[in-house]
Formats: sequence, C-alpha cells, structure tokens
Amino acid sequence: MTLATSTAPAPRALAGLLAVLLAVLTLLIPSSKAEAMKIQEVKSPGGITAWLVEERSVPLIAMRFAFEGGNAQDPNGKEGLANFLAGMLDEGAGELTSKEFQERMETIAMRMSFDDSRDAFYGSFETLTENRDKAVALLALALNKPRFDADAVERVRGQLLAGLAYAARDPDRVASEQWAAMAFSGHPYGRPASGTPASVQTIMRDDLAAFWSRTFARDNLRVVVVGDVDAATLAGLLDTLFAKLPAKATLTPVAQTQPKAAELVKVIDMAVPQSVARFGLPAMPRKDKDFMTAFVLNTIVGGGVMSSRLWEEVREKRGLAYSIHTSVQPYKQTSIFSGGVATKNEEIGQSLDLIRAELKRFAAEGPTDKELADAKSYLTGSFALRFDSNAKIANQLLWILQEELGLGYVDRRNSEVEAVTMADVKRVAKRLFEGKDLIVTIVGKPKGLAATPAKRS
Amino acid sequence: MSPGTRRLSLLLALPLMTFTQSLQTLSASPAASRVVEFKLANGLQVVVIPDHRAPVVTHYVWYRVGSADEPAGVSGIAHFLEHLMFKSTDKIASGDFSRIVSRLGGQDNAFTSHDLTAYYQRISKDRLPRVMEMEADRMVNLRLAEKEVLTEREVILEERRSRIENNPSSILGEQMLAALYQNHPYRIPIIGWMHEMAKLSREDAIAFYKRFYAPNNAIVVVAGDVTVEEVKALAEANYGKLKPNPDIKARVRPQEPPHRSPRRVELKDPRAGNASVRRYYLAPSVTNAEPGEAEALHLLMKVVGHSSTSRLYQKLVADEKIASSAGGWYSSSSLDSGTIGLYAVAAQGIGLDKVEAGFDRVLAEVREKGVTDDELERAKKAFIADFVYEADSQVRLAQRYGEGLLLGLPLERLNSWPAAIANVTADDIKRVANKHFDLRRSVTGTLIPVAPEAGSGVALKPASDKS
Repeated sequence: MTLATSTAPAPRALAGLLAVLLAVLTLLIPSSKAEAMKIQEVKSPGGITAWLVEERSVPLIAMRFAFEGGNAQDPNGKEGLANFLAGMLDEGAGELTSKEFQERMETIAMRMSFDDSRDAFYGSFETLTENRDKAVALLALALNKPRFDADAVERVRGQLLAGLAYAARDPDRVASEQWAAMAFSGHPYGRPASGTPASVQTIMRDDLAAFWSRTFARDNLRVVVVGDVDAATLAGLLDTLFAKLPAKATLTPVAQTQPKAAELVKVIDMAVPQSVARFGLPAMPRKDKDFMTAFVLNTIVGGGVMSSRLWEEVREKRGLAYSIHTSVQPYKQTSIFSGGVATKNEEIGQSLDLIRAELKRFAAEGPTDKELADAKSYLTGSFALRFDSNAKIANQLLWILQEELGLGYVDRRNSEVEAVTMADVKRVAKRLFEGKDLIVTIVGKPKGLAATPAKRS
Repeated sequence: MSPGTRRLSLLLALPLMTFTQSLQTLSASPAASRVVEFKLANGLQVVVIPDHRAPVVTHYVWYRVGSADEPAGVSGIAHFLEHLMFKSTDKIASGDFSRIVSRLGGQDNAFTSHDLTAYYQRISKDRLPRVMEMEADRMVNLRLAEKEVLTEREVILEERRSRIENNPSSILGEQMLAALYQNHPYRIPIIGWMHEMAKLSREDAIAFYKRFYAPNNAIVVVAGDVTVEEVKALAEANYGKLKPNPDIKARVRPQEPPHRSPRRVELKDPRAGNASVRRYYLAPSVTNAEPGEAEALHLLMKVVGHSSTSRLYQKLVADEKIASSAGGWYSSSSLDSGTIGLYAVAAQGIGLDKVEAGFDRVLAEVREKGVTDDELERAKKAFIADFVYEADSQVRLAQRYGEGLLLGLPLERLNSWPAAIANVTADDIKRVANKHFDLRRSVTGTLIPVAPEAGSGVALKPASDKS
C-alpha cells in the first residue's frame, strides 16, 4: 500500500494494481479492545474515489452512495420523478426482467435500495462477502442499464398513486407537505417530493431515463464502503459499478431560498380528533459559523433528548403531547429550524402558544449553564453510538462526505461541540428566534386558536 | 431515533416484528458462539453478547409481563407503567432518569407488547455500571406522585390519538384483532381501550408494578464492548442484591375455544386511501408450535407474501393487475398464539371481492401444489442471510436473544434456528398450509373510503385564515 499526502494522480500502472491511499485517519474515541476506526481514501484506476473502513469481523460489506441532485431536480409538472426512479431501479436491468432481477437479488441475499431527498439521490447496498462479486455485478446492471419496461413502469405508478391516496389522508404527511408548500412557495423545495396524482400520471419512460442519465454521473458521486473488503479489491469493484457512468452530471441550478410565510398559521381541515402541527423558521446553513451552535441550541430546545425545554413544558409538565421535537435541517440551498407536535383539537392552540412562549423566552434569556453543559455532554458522549455497526458507520461517513466536512471531521466534531460557549448560544438564540414568528401548518379540526399572533408587518 | 418514537408500543401483530427478523441463527455466525447466559441467585437471567468493534454497549432489561397479563378493566396499564417507570425513585428525582442517561452521553427508551415490557440504554461502555445501577434501582424502588401520574395519563391518551384514532388503518387492525381472538387477551390493544385508559390510576400502576417487576421476572441483556466476567460482576453488584418476588406465577391466560366461523370486519372511513383488504389467521406461536412447524410457516409465508417475488405480489399485482400492492407475513413471536396475515390494496376500479378472491386462489394453489424447489431454496437463503446481516447490529442481537429467552426458548434453540430452517421440506410446507389456511380461524377486514358526511369536511381545502 502506498501512503501519500499529496493529491497528485497516481501512476497508471501502479494504480492498476493498488488503490492509492490518500489519507488514513484514526477515530479518537476511547477504545478498549475496539480497534480505532481507520478511514482510507481509495481511488480506483477508473478515477472513482471512495472512503473505505475495513472491518473484517463480520462477513458483510455495506456501501452507501449519493448522486447530488435529488427531487429538487424534478422538472415542473413532473413532481415525483426522482421518487419514481427510486422505485424503478430494481425493476429489471440489462437482460434481466423485473422478476428475474429480483429473484437473483434474493438468491444471493443482496440488499439494494434507493431513495431521494431534496438535494441527492441515494443508494444503499449490502452483500455477504461470499456473494460479493455477483452482487456487485447486479448493482452495476441496475446503475448502468436500467430497463424501465412499460409494464414495470405502470405497476410502480399504481403503487405510487396508491401511496399518494393514503398520504393525502395522513395528517403528518399533509402537515409536512403543506408546510414546505407554504414556506418554499415557488421554489423546488416547496413541491411535493412524491409528486401529485396528476404529476405522477404524466411521468413516462423517457422522463425516467432522462433523469437517470443526467443525474447518475461521476462528478456528482460520493461513495462510502464499510466492511469485509480491502482497498485494492474495492478499487476494482468501484470501476465495475461507476466507471462507465458519464463524466459529468447535468443538473439544473437550484436557487438559494429562505422560508417565508404567506400566512402565519395555515389550517388544513381534516376530520381527525388530534391536530398535527408543523412549525418552523429560517436557520443558518451548514457552512455558517453559527451552525454548530444552532445544533447545540436545538438539543437544548427540542432535539434528541427526553429532557429538552419543549419536552418538559409540553409533555412532562402538562401532558399535551406524546411527541414534541425540533431539529435544524440544513439543505443545500436553505436551512430551517423546524419541529412538530400533535395534540387533541381542543388543546393544540395551547401547545403552540407554549412553544412560541418558550422560544421567545429562550431568545431573551438563553439556556442555563446546566442545560448547556448537559447538552454538550450528551452530544459528545453519544457520538460514538453512531459508529457501532458497519451500516451506521457507512451512513455517517457518506453524510460527512456530502457535507464536505473532510476526513478530519470525525476527530474534530466533539471539540467543535465543546467550543460552543454560553455567549454563542445566547447570540444564536437571538439570531434564530428574536422578532421571528413561527410559520405553522395545522392539520385537523383545531379549536381555540384565538391566541395565535397576528402577522408582523 | 426521533423523539416521536419514545416509549413506544411494540405491536407484535405487525409484519415488521416477525421472528423472521429476530430469531434465525447460523452456526457460522460470529454472534451465536459468543452468547453466554447465566442466572443470579435471585432468579435474574443474564445474557452477554460481546462485540468489541466499538466502545459502546446496549443494556436491556426485559420483563416477563405485557398487556396480555393485565387484569380485566385496566387495559393499557402495562404500557402506562412503562411510561411511569421514567418518573422517580428514592435516588432519582422525577423525570431525571432520561436526563441522567443523556448527560452521560446515552440514549434510552422502552417499549411494551402483549407479552413483554423492555427498557434499554445505549451508552459508552464505561457508563454501563451507572445505568445498570439506575435500572436495578427502578426495578423495585419506583415512586409515583398522583399529579405526575395524571399528567402522564394525558400523554398516553395523546399517544393513542396519534397511533390509532388519527389513522383508520390502525383502527381496522384493532377491530380485526378484537374479532380474531374470542377469548384470549390478545384481542385487547396493547395501548388499551380509550375509555379504560382514561381511568387508569396511580394505584393501578403500583399494583401492577409490585406484582410483576422483580429480578425473578426479568432478563438482562448486555451486548457490546464487554466481557462475560465484567457483566457477571456488575450484575451481581447491582441486581444481585434485589429480593425475588415469591408470588411470581406461571403466565396462564385464557385460551381460545375452537373457532367455528369466519369473521368479517368492515370499516368505512372518509380518511381511508384506496380500498384495501386484510386477513388474519390464527396460527401457532414459536412456543406452542409442533417441532418444525413455525419454521415451515415462516418459509411458507416468505414464498406466499414477502417482497415482490412472492406469489401474492406476482399474481395479484404483476399478472392480474387487480391490486397495487399485496403481501403476507407470519408472526410467531408471542407466547400463546401466532398470526398469519395477508394484505392487498385494490387497483383503481377493482372491487375488493375480486382482490379477496385472488387471496383465495393463491392460497388454494399453494395448498394443492405446495412451493417449488427454487422458491424454497431462495426462502431458506434469505433467512440465513438475514441472520448474518443481523450480526452487524448489537441492538438487533440484544433483541433477538432477549425476546427469544423471554418467550421461554432455550439458547440452543435460538442458536440452532438456521439448522431447523434448513431441515424444512416442501412437504412440510404443504402440510402447514393445509392445516392453517382455515377460514373458520380467520378474520377478514376491509377498509373502504367513503365520501365525507355533510359537514365533516375531510377535503384538503385550506380553512379560514386564522392569523
């Protein structure tokens, strides 16, 4: 193996035999018998780069990959196209019909699935070591030669339409979709990710093929592999899978945006006994200097732990909800602080008033020293829990790759959490919440919302 | 893990929780050979599953009590108590349990099923002693204040609204189980009936706690970066000092009489999506099945209903195009009875009677002709592979062994499951199909969308602007 610190391309002959390790990193979580995790950067002869963590104790290989360009790339009127494509990639490829493809997947116990987010198209692949080459060959077919047969397209369309019919009556789904529709009105982020019955009806074979051919490329690809494989072998597998894809993706630029409210509280009438609310505000992007502070702040306010401010106020003290949570979600072109709560129709107004009051109080006073210390202690202590299986390590590393946080992030992350000060949290609390009105959607038959604020002018 | 799933009910009737995903083992697996089981003098059963890949542990306590052990009239008390276990003891102030766990960098939660109640923490290995001390403490020292009980009761009522009342598909499932079981408490929802939940009291919770929570009614599972010796010492120090409850009795529940007639449940709801049909059959559980029977049923239902290569999907969805989705499952992971399930969503413009007739055609064919060698081979491979995949997750291993031992299966049986799967023949499958696809022991449920009644207004139009 060659260790190098430069990013200069490796000599062709050498690269043909050996993957070049551009960097090796050790995960500095305290370890007993557990070996420190080493991340290797592998570059294949065909120019595909991947992160690899070798883990030989379980005869499994897990791969995660992402093509930048998710459902925000759906053309107007073709909403739900990326989602449709995600359902088509195990429906036949190369010489194999849908049924043949899926039977072969079962025979070799290969796991493969695809998913779309706003900004990326995801693939997940797992195989037993003993079936590695067969499984990789099958995944390669799915990625490079999907068939999009007419009968499979129609069958999947039927499933998607049934799913939409169900989702249209699911208060959680409706609340989330309507929140995005309002906050990102006119922007791709505001469109329904799974489309509408009308848009899904218009999606044809050519649309699927077009999305596939402009999105599945080498320059927008990120790959992570964890498990029972060495770098040299992986290099060959990477080429089998990805080297024949087009060099460049053709993505439609997506504009930066900020959530904004046409109305502060939008009520969608549905005959359910419990109202489901989504609420949110603009937040800072991942690269903003305040992002980590916002992340710590969110843990105190409503994220992650069963002792957050909102958990205490809404659930523990008053029993107003089973679930109350918030998160900071950085998208590529926006960022939001958002949350959800569900309370019986008669008292949903009280839950929302409490949430508003608590955010206002937090903006004015910030957290207590103990709250901040506890949140940091939780976040740093629990980081290792994200790395206790091959599959979870792969998920984490893919995310780090996509966010361009760098190989060093795993080591750096806890010290970034520790560095957040009380002054930081107070400043960012004001930046997030002061003078801001929550954008709210409620699905149900809410009663007594009189206390909701008028929109600021 | 999202906060929305905290302290959740685990609904064993759902296909996601079938034993297909939690019980197969493979002798070649790195996991099976590592599992060690021992018992403390006070009757506490302990299982250790070393996995040294990361410096973290998963600590579980499984109690041999679930909603099917509830006295009549207090449905939901098992699950309610599970929530209340996060209140206080002499040493832990109210609500501090989870606060302390998270301050230690851990995550915790709990769940309840018809047959079990489980609590867990996932945490850095050096914090294991502390969470074990806390878990042992609340096994016998729980304290409940009237006010916090009443507040938490509001939380479980909201939980029921979220899980059941807001979702017609869940309402149908609840109605179907109530019809499938004519005598056994599996007919009562784990979360409880709303009218009984609304009256659950502090006294109900304490009586249930005192009756069922004791070291001789629990199994502790530790998976992760630990040795057997470490866990032995810790378990002795923390759980070993607790007194057993001499009144813990064998779990005898009212059993089903012979079933004589198929049942039907129809739910018309404006909130339903496309029309759909489901059917549940009574089936043996892993604990009362004849040797090899549960294994054969798992393989049968894998062929009949699992994934898009299955008989149901291929016939109803791919070939005949009368359904947009279809499948089936077998759940064996309960004490007194398992369930076989079938489901399908009708394709546009197709009546449910046609879809249901499709169920019957598929079942008749498998009863008559059995499964092909190719189908059987693929199904077996899938089970064995599932086992290897499971070895990647210490949480899933802890669940497999905790749940299996709780149901009374010996460790050897859990470890030899793949061999038992491998031994199933096509004849076995045909035999169990003929034995258990018996309509008299079934309930069929339909969920039918209807136009909203005047004034109920389910249409997705924005209401008046309230701002």
